[in-house]
Amino acid sequence: MADPQNLITVSGVSKAFPGVIALEGVEFTLRKGEIHALMGENGAGKSTLIKILTGVEQPDTGRIELENSAISIRSPQHAQDLGISTVYQEINLCTNISVAENIMLGHEPRRFGGIHWKKLNELARQALARLGIELDVTQPLGIYSIAIQQMVAIARALAIASAKVLILDEPTSSLDANETARLFAVMRSLKQAGIGIVFVTHFLDQVYEIVDRVTILRNGRFVGSFEIAALSRVELVAKMLGRVVDELQALAHDKDNSAQQTDNNQLIKASGLGLRGALEPLDLTVGVGEVLGIAGLLGSGRTELASLLFGIATPDSGSLVIDGQPVTRFSPQALIKRGVALCPEDRKAEGIVGELSIRENIILGLQGRYGWFKFIGRQKQTEIAEKYIKLLGIRTPSPDQLVKNLSGGNQQKVILARWLVTQPRLLILDEPTRGIDVGAKAEIQKLVLELVKDGMSIVFISSELEEVVRISDRIVVLRDHAKVAEYDHAVSDRTLMQTMAGEA
Amino acid sequence: MNNRISFSRIRESRLFWVLTAWAVILGFNALFVPEFFRIGIQDGHLYGNLIDVLNNGAPLMLVAIGMTLVIATGGVDLSVGAVMAISAAMGAVLINPAPGDKLVSNEILTRNATNTPLAIIVIATLAAGTLCGLWNGLLVSRAKIQPLVATLILMVAGRGIAQLISNGQIITIYYTPYFWFGNGYILGLPVSIYIVAAVAILAWVGVRKTPIGLFIEAVGLNPKATYYSGISAKNIQLLAYTFSGFCSALAGLILSSYVHSADGNNNGLNYELDAILAVVMGGTMLSGGRFSLLASVLGAIVIWTFTLSMYALGVPANALLAGRAVLVLLVILLYSDRRLIKRRSKNNQAAVQSQDEKPSLPHP
Repeated sequence: MADPQNLITVSGVSKAFPGVIALEGVEFTLRKGEIHALMGENGAGKSTLIKILTGVEQPDTGRIELENSAISIRSPQHAQDLGISTVYQEINLCTNISVAENIMLGHEPRRFGGIHWKKLNELARQALARLGIELDVTQPLGIYSIAIQQMVAIARALAIASAKVLILDEPTSSLDANETARLFAVMRSLKQAGIGIVFVTHFLDQVYEIVDRVTILRNGRFVGSFEIAALSRVELVAKMLGRVVDELQALAHDKDNSAQQTDNNQLIKASGLGLRGALEPLDLTVGVGEVLGIAGLLGSGRTELASLLFGIATPDSGSLVIDGQPVTRFSPQALIKRGVALCPEDRKAEGIVGELSIRENIILGLQGRYGWFKFIGRQKQTEIAEKYIKLLGIRTPSPDQLVKNLSGGNQQKVILARWLVTQPRLLILDEPTRGIDVGAKAEIQKLVLELVKDGMSIVFISSELEEVVRISDRIVVLRDHAKVAEYDHAVSDRTLMQTMAGEA
Repeated sequence: MNNRISFSRIRESRLFWVLTAWAVILGFNALFVPEFFRIGIQDGHLYGNLIDVLNNGAPLMLVAIGMTLVIATGGVDLSVGAVMAISAAMGAVLINPAPGDKLVSNEILTRNATNTPLAIIVIATLAAGTLCGLWNGLLVSRAKIQPLVATLILMVAGRGIAQLISNGQIITIYYTPYFWFGNGYILGLPVSIYIVAAVAILAWVGVRKTPIGLFIEAVGLNPKATYYSGISAKNIQLLAYTFSGFCSALAGLILSSYVHSADGNNNGLNYELDAILAVVMGGTMLSGGRFSLLASVLGAIVIWTFTLSMYALGVPANALLAGRAVLVLLVILLYSDRRLIKRRSKNNQAAVQSQDEKPSLPHP
């Protein structure tokens, strides 16, 4: 028990919230110099366990030991003092102050009763240098990409405390392959330094790439801790889901069927469509009932392409023709009228209205299209909402539940429902499965294929190549804001990856 | 709006805290100034402190209705007091038989007569305020100026405009039909309260029986997601500010009618702050989103009940501001306590959220 290598030992921890048991009898041991994955579907209890480790929540029962002496973590501040630093999935930094200030916030070096700015910037630069990053730390954080912001958050977590334990809650969900590699390099060097890292992620590849051990939770219960080398992927997924997964295999089969049905009746035709600084002019067609996959790294121009197709940005070159009619006015309103819908990449900021109910969120798109004077009555709203809750399998006790209380997968389904109600002809899905558990992912992929069968056209943007290949009829690859290749659906992951990276 | 009623629903309701605040003030009065509740009949209409609350509070209630919609979109309208002054000056100038700086005798000035038909006066007055609101709306929605700054412009300039209209004078009104709005009675109750009721019902139908209420809340909560849903936030904002201008104009009309004069410097002074306070008391977050018109009206009633209670207690008018500061402090404390409760339950919900894959989720 008293292994000196143990950093954190959690035993028999339970936590109940009114009406729900979030954790029950959870065991967890983090050793020095190991990277330990915490896995489970959404709602498995990962976040609750992390909240307990970071002092946000107090466990009802159970024991937590740090270096083999019992502790109680009273608050996030206390956790930091104990050497437990955390980087959350939602980056909680201030985008309007400088990178250096973000890193050193609350720990500013002082001189003559004021802040020693020079030293502050220098310390911040050093903290980033440890992660192999060089940037102008005096610039406001907001001008950098989400990925850089994530790195800054890690730098902050490491800089402000002599961290023994680093908790990374889905740090890679907004990083592209290069940045992930960079993050992994950092994680390995931290591991060398004896820091224990708790790594929460949905990406199986990453787990197998970097993790030493994995602890799996399911429905708040402890499933087990395993050496990753001794656990196959299928076993891992089966343990997470508590069932054998063959849904994903079944999907690949479906795809072969639907691929044959696509005889190209063009719905969307973009010629030379581009916007200076965002997207080099490109040609693009989407057929009726076709899935066009867009593959590309973060920052390759894939989201910019979606913005142009949905009218968020106005192109400065080329033309966009929908069903033979050119688009003259670029705004979401105008494009929605033409039958285009977008599930945006940043679900929280651009998709859901968290404080509104599921019913209101679902109705928003249709009501927006109807305008101010054609009112969908309360009863009709509930009818529509209930229909789509059932159709998409949104897990909620009532359509009047606030959307912010739903899990990521269910939120994504609410946005999908918002658009399906309007019966769009082109549905643009920008990273629809990001941060969603395996089960919900499969459901959304399946739904996409069903919609296509009904004649809807879909532009499917995802950073998970496997997913793009499985679903798409054709795949367009973007790199550095330009279209570099177009493949049919038989392309291999490897070829795609090479094209995206510019090796082919 | 909801058929189901349970205690937690009542407690979460926007009406709960404002009604509690009102009950506390009335309870205090019941103990220490019982004469506050006396209602008598004079010249065929009711009178007493409670009636005064309705009559004197009417302008604030109107302004609060308009302010509610503006705040719900995530903005604020600081110009309401100045707009009241503009519309009051407008009304007074149109009545005044001797406009401008013409030399006139006292006899002409104090005549019970008007230069302009009453209907035109009312329309012009309301149009002036509505135009001011439209101006604010254009600055916020089209010029993309921050609401605080955009309406601050008119807050400062508006009093100048009012002075310009009234030629820098305090105009006393002698035209009796004009007094009806602020002093008249229908079926024993002040006319002003009927006006408030009419506007409140109109606004309620306008936002709740059309999608506009949902759009306002969505814009206030997440403008980007709302835009991506194909809803024009610009026009929603424009509508809210314009309506706020209209409400302020009506409030200015009633107020000048009540005090028989138009004073560019003092009509509607500090109304913007009282209106914001009324809206906040009504449970609408200053950051925008969910709102309740009724709760805001009640907020205005609470403020005036408090004010008149202080008078009834014999607190001198110049000490009233200090008393009001105490009220503000109490409300803010209540409000922040509510935020605390909210945060606590939010934490629980967040945990529930991590559990919501379970089929048997009880309603939190």
